[in-house]
Amino acid sequence: MNYPGGNEALRNINLHIEQGAMVYITGRSGAGKSTLLRLIALIDRHSRGQIIVNGQNLERVRNRRIPIFRRHIGFMFQDHRLLNDRTLFDNVALPLVIAGYRHQEVRKRVQAALDKVNLLPKVNSYPMALSGGEQQRVGVARAVVHRPAILLADEPTGNLDPALSWDTMNLFEQFNQVGVTVIIASHDIDMISRMSKRIITLKTGRILTQNVMTTET
Amino acid sequence: MKPRNLKKNIRSNKSFKNELKRRFDMWLLQHAQAFIFSLGQYIKTPISSILTTMVIGISLALPANFYLLLDNIRYVSSSWDDSVQITLFLQTDIDEIRAAELANILAENNNISETHLIKRADALVEYQKLSGFADALNSLNENPLPNVILVTPTYADVNEATTEALIKELEALSEVDSAQYDKRWLKRLLYLLDVVNRLIVVLSTFLAIAVLLIVGNTIRLSIDNRRSEIEITKLFGGTDRFIQRPFLYSGFWYGASSSIIAWLLLIISMRMLDGPVNKLAKLYNSDFQLIGLSLGNMLILLASGIALGLLGSWIAVKRHLRAIEPT
Repeated sequence: MNYPGGNEALRNINLHIEQGAMVYITGRSGAGKSTLLRLIALIDRHSRGQIIVNGQNLERVRNRRIPIFRRHIGFMFQDHRLLNDRTLFDNVALPLVIAGYRHQEVRKRVQAALDKVNLLPKVNSYPMALSGGEQQRVGVARAVVHRPAILLADEPTGNLDPALSWDTMNLFEQFNQVGVTVIIASHDIDMISRMSKRIITLKTGRILTQNVMTTET
Repeated sequence: MKPRNLKKNIRSNKSFKNELKRRFDMWLLQHAQAFIFSLGQYIKTPISSILTTMVIGISLALPANFYLLLDNIRYVSSSWDDSVQITLFLQTDIDEIRAAELANILAENNNISETHLIKRADALVEYQKLSGFADALNSLNENPLPNVILVTPTYADVNEATTEALIKELEALSEVDSAQYDKRWLKRLLYLLDVVNRLIVVLSTFLAIAVLLIVGNTIRLSIDNRRSEIEITKLFGGTDRFIQRPFLYSGFWYGASSSIIAWLLLIISMRMLDGPVNKLAKLYNSDFQLIGLSLGNMLILLASGIALGLLGSWIAVKRHLRAIEPT
């Protein structure tokens, strides 16, 4: 992967993430965590090598087909990126509306997703009326409401206190248990090492280590 | 819908039909959503929406108003068009018998299809009735009006030069005081109307460009305002078409509502002109009424408003939407 200016953001990465796995990607700022997620989601295109996501070779996905490809992916961000002029319902419904689901189906799934993150009573509130932790949970609901094959989360707990972070991670684990492949970029080593999942550590664009840390007993 | 499923569906005709129907339903649903969503956006910011609509509405009303004015003038002048006649005012010392003889002689002329004598006595009665000067005319000792012969030329439209020659010939007659040809100033009016018409076309073009710029700029601002929403939508797999749809419908709403504003402005201006025009028409002994916008013209106004709104938003969308990519 080359960014303009010639710096290679990721080099010689050889990585296989099984379907249904849950992995953490860690490393310092600038190590290439976000870049890896962006490549998987086709926000950026890689310059060398091969990336296969969900059985599809990304080189063969034409620009015109990118939207269809992305419908199999759920996104979560550190700054949650909710739409402040829409209610929780409309925010969470967005991926379903994009995919053209019927209204009844949208209602059913949005309610289920909000229920899962314990925010169903606030379905008609606006994001600004929620606490930071609640906003993040809305982000989770939106990321999974369309039942994606892959969930990509970029620093999902960056703005949360440890207890809320832990809750969020547990939520991800629950989705993982029903078959969603979860890829989380995070620099919160303390917490992710307690999750007993595979951890991929990047340093300046290379894979440093990839193993399951089990420091917790 | 996964491509694999689609292929499987194509194999059996019936499920392929179902798939087509499902896609059509989805397409319809998404259009309806964008249609209503864009209306909601329009209503959400009423002040700025109405201001923009007013500006576009006035831009549409101006050429429409001029067009209507021209239409009315055309209508008035067309009613004069058939009365192309040469009016011969005879010398006052020519009596009615001599005048009748002259009318018959002139009718024999090859260049004249018919003549009509208006006797001075009849003319006086009519003039008294119409002008409101009855008392003043009664106080005169004798009839001040001359006998008049209306001459209808044979080749009025075909040959201007022949008509001009005929007028010269008639004016040369010793009985004739003066010959007036109505068509001359009518022609000038018609040429003038052509110039005005062309002017309206030029003006309309400029104003149409103004409408495109106004709509384009409004849509550009709303694209800027909803940048984060567009990014998120692209991340969750919204196609360009899906994203541009509400903006195009916004253009539609601006165009449609502006047309209605323009139409209201037209009605108001017609109302304001109606009284004075009627007074003027009465002076000319005409029961002329201002022609309003016909249903057809109203639809044309609406259609051009919508077309300009859509085109303006389309240009904005093509220029600005593609540039936004998720980060």
